[in-house]
Amino acid sequence: MSVLEVRKLQKSFGELQVLRDIDFSLEKGEALSVIGSSGSGKTTLLRCLNFLEKPDGGQIIVNGEVLFDAADAATQQEKQIRKKRLHFGLVFQNFNLFPQYTALENVRLAGELLAREREDYRTGRKAVLAAIDEKARRLLDQMGLSDRADHYPHQLSGGQQQRVAIARALALSPDILCFDEPTSALDPELTGEVLRVIKGLADEHTTMIIVTHEMQFAHDVSDRVIFMDGGVIVEQGAPQDVIDHPREERTKRFLERYSGN
Amino acid sequence: MTFWNVILTLAQGLTNTTRLFFLTLLGALPLGLVICFGSMNHWAPFARWAERAAARRGEETALTRFGKRCKPVSAVVKFIVWIVRGSPLMIQILIVYYGPGLLFHWPLLPRFSAALITFIINYACYFSEIYRGGIQSIPKGQQEAGQVLGMTKSQIFFKVTLLQVVKRIVPPMGNEFITLVKDTSLVRVIAVYEVIWMGESFIKKGMIWPLFFTAVFYLVFTAVLTALLDLAERKLSYFK
Repeated sequence: MSVLEVRKLQKSFGELQVLRDIDFSLEKGEALSVIGSSGSGKTTLLRCLNFLEKPDGGQIIVNGEVLFDAADAATQQEKQIRKKRLHFGLVFQNFNLFPQYTALENVRLAGELLAREREDYRTGRKAVLAAIDEKARRLLDQMGLSDRADHYPHQLSGGQQQRVAIARALALSPDILCFDEPTSALDPELTGEVLRVIKGLADEHTTMIIVTHEMQFAHDVSDRVIFMDGGVIVEQGAPQDVIDHPREERTKRFLERYSGN
Repeated sequence: MTFWNVILTLAQGLTNTTRLFFLTLLGALPLGLVICFGSMNHWAPFARWAERAAARRGEETALTRFGKRCKPVSAVVKFIVWIVRGSPLMIQILIVYYGPGLLFHWPLLPRFSAALITFIINYACYFSEIYRGGIQSIPKGQQEAGQVLGMTKSQIFFKVTLLQVVKRIVPPMGNEFITLVKDTSLVRVIAVYEVIWMGESFIKKGMIWPLFFTAVFYLVFTAVLTALLDLAERKLSYFK
């Protein structure tokens, strides 16, 4: 069974149709890259999955559970949406770290707040918080940032900030981790460290959807690639097929423009 | 009249001025937040109807556009803010003090209370706009980051947004605090004995130094405030 199944997903902003009948599925442990030019709907797709935009049509199914169905209002209640979001993690293009918290606090915060809702929080508060702290430190260590745990975001480089953001998203153990152009806001010399971390996650079979403009990276890291254009999936398949030997004319043209520069 | 008698008389005015300042802040700081949330309220009761009507007709009319945009809570609050910010504080003090009695034959409020109520409402309106500016200057991404991490709206406000807003509004709020110190002198129009009134009363007796004394009082008051605001800014400078 697929971890994620997206059926006939549609989204418009006013007159502009950004997503038209997007269908795809994702297997557990699979890394999926979404490529395409700006305005093709990639980011909107991620934002719909994370309930930051409300799709106009279609379904989002995670582990067999219908999280969202445009035709069923019962799946769209505010209160439940908050819980549903936790199936997904999202790493933003601009990191969006909380500036008033240290790296470690950024990674811990959401977990601590969620723990308050747990039944054993009152009795086992210390143990719960210790576990959250330990996990946060482990994740920062995994990101190669254990010596930056007490730094505030403005004291970190862009690459370091993005790695903290990845740790923060991983701290809640999402089923599917989404990346929205994770290196687009970085200086070229800083993209490598972030891409290496994501590659490391792929090697551990973290289930991921990566929206990216880094073709070589998409080629190396993903099990499957989706090429989007004008709000539809034009082509999908193994990176060796889609990127090295595209079948569709639109994919070819897009890739030519990329190899050109 | 001895020096100490003068000082004691001035001290009465001083207490009134200082009390008015602190009580106004105590009321206006939270009330400003309420007004701010009111003016940012998105409730649009006709939006759905207007959308359906527009879809049925296949085009937008003036009425459907109005229906989508009409946010009654926000509109009412913005109207009140406009009135309060758009008219002189002195008139507002007079109206609050004399208005209820002359219009409805209600008993007069105590002078100080009437002044305090006016100041709280007036300053809350100014604060609300500063808060709104502060809240809207926080990048949308902060809220979205909180959302995807499963935080509730109130958790996002208190744990993520609030401190960033506070940091940004310290300088403009400092301006308002200092203006408030000096605005307190307006309450003399309904004969609340604030410090300038007291100082002035000695002019008839041929003494000018009590008036200088009151001016120095204002200078010292604002100097202390400025120092406190600087401290707040420094305390908040650990993040950007």
